[in-house]
Amino acid sequence: MDIEFLYWEGCPSYPEARQLLGEVLAAREIDARVEVREVKSQAEAEALDFPGSPTIRVDGRDVDPAGAAGRPALMCRIYRKPGGGVSPVPTREQLEAALS
Amino acid sequence: MTIALATEAPPFDLPGVDGQRHSLDDYANAPALAVVWSCNHCPYVQAWEGRMIELQREYGDRGFRLVAVNSNDAENYPEDSFDAMKVRAEQEGFNFDYLYDDDQSVVQAYGAERTPEVFLFDSERRLVYHGAIDDSREESEVTERYLRDAIEAVLAGDEPPVSETPPVGCSVKRKP
Repeated sequence: MDIEFLYWEGCPSYPEARQLLGEVLAAREIDARVEVREVKSQAEAEALDFPGSPTIRVDGRDVDPAGAAGRPALMCRIYRKPGGGVSPVPTREQLEAALS
Repeated sequence: MTIALATEAPPFDLPGVDGQRHSLDDYANAPALAVVWSCNHCPYVQAWEGRMIELQREYGDRGFRLVAVNSNDAENYPEDSFDAMKVRAEQEGFNFDYLYDDDQSVVQAYGAERTPEVFLFDSERRLVYHGAIDDSREESEVTERYLRDAIEAVLAGDEPPVSETPPVGCSVKRKP
């Protein structure tokens, strides 16, 4: 299993998301390679189809497919929670579903 | 650089989503004025927006005014354009003024760096609280209501119990 973790330094949510991803991987005893990559420019955001920070892909598939088509940009990404409301990080359930 | 506690509110005169211009002097009668850096696209702002509406609703009849200011570079972040601000204010039912700092002169004067970031001024327009609205973007996990407590204190003629906290949110998008 290959996991991409893309982030932009200008948004403060990525450490929390990285920690959450680590917790989910550990809880499920998944031995995956996580490639962490910083996106530094708008050109990079466009080249990587980066719709905001953080963006996490499991074997190329976004953990939040609904938000994957957002405009590539250096900004915080909006994750919509199942019960309503928004968050700058994916939910634990979204990560678990993507890793199952 | 962010203005220091006890600093007098820097003046502003900005267009609002209501089609009117709004200056600092327009709020002269408010015993407490919160100037909050905000925008449309930021998930942190969206998470706290409902609490901003609630504070204005709860304390409006005691003269409190909350003013949101968007200073983001709309060329690179079109989600934060003035037209998009008007749409969001309508959709979300904002009960506070939502102003557009197109030339970024006001954010420069205040030194705000995040959205949301609060500057609460007392009746003499001295800064008495700066920072976050409360201690969690998840409303169900809030334990410290910094801005609410500060408003209560100012309206009672007291000093806020906490005068400064680190603002948590998206960066203000400066123009290149």
